[in-house]
Amino acid sequence: MNTTLEQAQQEIVDEFAMLGDWQDRYEQLIELGKELPLIAPEFKIEENLVRGCQSRVWLTAEPRGETVHFTADSDAMITKGLVALLVRVLNDRTPQEIMSTPLTFIDRIGLREHLSPNRSNGLVAMLDQMKRYALAYSAKQ
Amino acid sequence: MEPVSIKPTFDVDEIRAQFPILKELVHGQPLVYFDNAATSQKPRRVIKAESAYYAKINANVHRGVHTLSTLATEAQEAARETVRAHINAKHAHEVIFTAGTTASLNLVANSLGQMLLKKADEVLISGMEHHANIVPWQLACERYGAKLKVIPVNENGELDISAIPGQARNDNSFSDRTKILAVSHVSNTLGTINPVKELIAEAKKRGIITVVDGAQAIPHLPVDVQDLGCDFYAFSGHKMYAPTGIGVLYGREELLEQMPPWQGGGEMIDQVTFEKTTYAKLPFKFEAGTPHIAGIIGLGEAVRWMQDYDLSAMAAHEHALLEHGTKELLAIDGLRIIGTAKKKVGVISFVIEGVHHYDLGTLLDQQGIAVRTGHHCTQPLMEHFGISGTTRASFAPFNTIAEVDAMVAATKKAVKMLR
Repeated sequence: MNTTLEQAQQEIVDEFAMLGDWQDRYEQLIELGKELPLIAPEFKIEENLVRGCQSRVWLTAEPRGETVHFTADSDAMITKGLVALLVRVLNDRTPQEIMSTPLTFIDRIGLREHLSPNRSNGLVAMLDQMKRYALAYSAKQ
Repeated sequence: MEPVSIKPTFDVDEIRAQFPILKELVHGQPLVYFDNAATSQKPRRVIKAESAYYAKINANVHRGVHTLSTLATEAQEAARETVRAHINAKHAHEVIFTAGTTASLNLVANSLGQMLLKKADEVLISGMEHHANIVPWQLACERYGAKLKVIPVNENGELDISAIPGQARNDNSFSDRTKILAVSHVSNTLGTINPVKELIAEAKKRGIITVVDGAQAIPHLPVDVQDLGCDFYAFSGHKMYAPTGIGVLYGREELLEQMPPWQGGGEMIDQVTFEKTTYAKLPFKFEAGTPHIAGIIGLGEAVRWMQDYDLSAMAAHEHALLEHGTKELLAIDGLRIIGTAKKKVGVISFVIEGVHHYDLGTLLDQQGIAVRTGHHCTQPLMEHFGISGTTRASFAPFNTIAEVDAMVAATKKAVKMLR
């Protein structure tokens, strides 16, 4: 991958800047959510489940050389769209980069409330889990 | 728009004008507040009464000989009398102030549990209880080796009480080991009005102590604890236009006298030595520590505010919203209402095929509409219906038919975006 994590965030911010009102932003998210089944059905199991009160998120991680590869999914479409964005930004990066780069893009595209710990949609827990995987793999390297 | 039959004494615009929050915008849209079953909004009178306490008479109660302490104590005890009259309790000291329904139910489960429950005894609850009327009883049962039994719920979201009046043969009904019946008057998730009076009558025949979770009933129905015949009735202030953090446990005097205190501390004692403490008389035996005086005063004002209106006219207005909303929502393809009991308060819980409640709640919020989504603290009930959650609209007298129409239109828009 050629872009840095920071550049990947900026790309998303630029994409969303072209969208108009809330409806366009959410339609974009929903489209991202619809586009692909992000996780193979056999991985949609209890042990990969990140529990949220409102929506559920599944997450898997595997080391690929120096980097970490994630797949993820959610039962709610908006959450799934945000999951797709998080995976796009953090996927196939080194543990060091995953752990050290602050994620600012969700705030910058006006969807901050979804990444609030109070929202209980599983996203914050998923992000924590991604960083824990990165930490675990960095210890092994 | 449907013709709405409400009493001429009821003027929704006049009521709306009393709720300052209804002028707020959410995401640039006028707020449509349909989350009243979670907490109701507050009329200006209640907000003023609470702040006037702090501005004019703030002092601790029952202690000081100074003027402010006397005024605060008088205001608190006047509120207790107001609440007593509202629920027709025999004595003001049967009204115990707590932090809310959850605290009330924990108090009664702990204290009554300690007094009554022995190994192999049973506590009977229902399949539609809020976690607050499940977990405290589970804890009590675990402590004393008792069993929790559950009255089943049918597909309409009504209690299946067919076995109740018969002999004690049903596993989910009264048995000769049942010591306590604890049921909700109205379901928070479904809006079902349960036949608590009949259940209580059956329980009393068997000498069973009865506890009613009235959190969702008290804002909508006239509650007369003597007429119901219950031993305990728990409710929160914040769902009946009062501040948060204040609630009530009504208990029958005879039982409260026998029961051990739950929490110890100041206010609840008579004499303390390191060897032995004797307890204060009712209700203070169950009110350890400095109470939520401002909240109590706010609660008293909220009750007086409710009494200024004809509760049946308010209920009729909410019923009109319920009927209109039910009819309009059902026209949406794939929408199913969870909770279709014959007797309901103004609550509509629904699921839509292919639409997750989190997504719907988010897109309604973007359009200024506040609804509750999720399991509503009733996970066993969700399991019964085989769903992970619902979207719930719950009405108050200040809501309008136009707001219901706005929600229906916003829901249609959201569904279109999501499908």
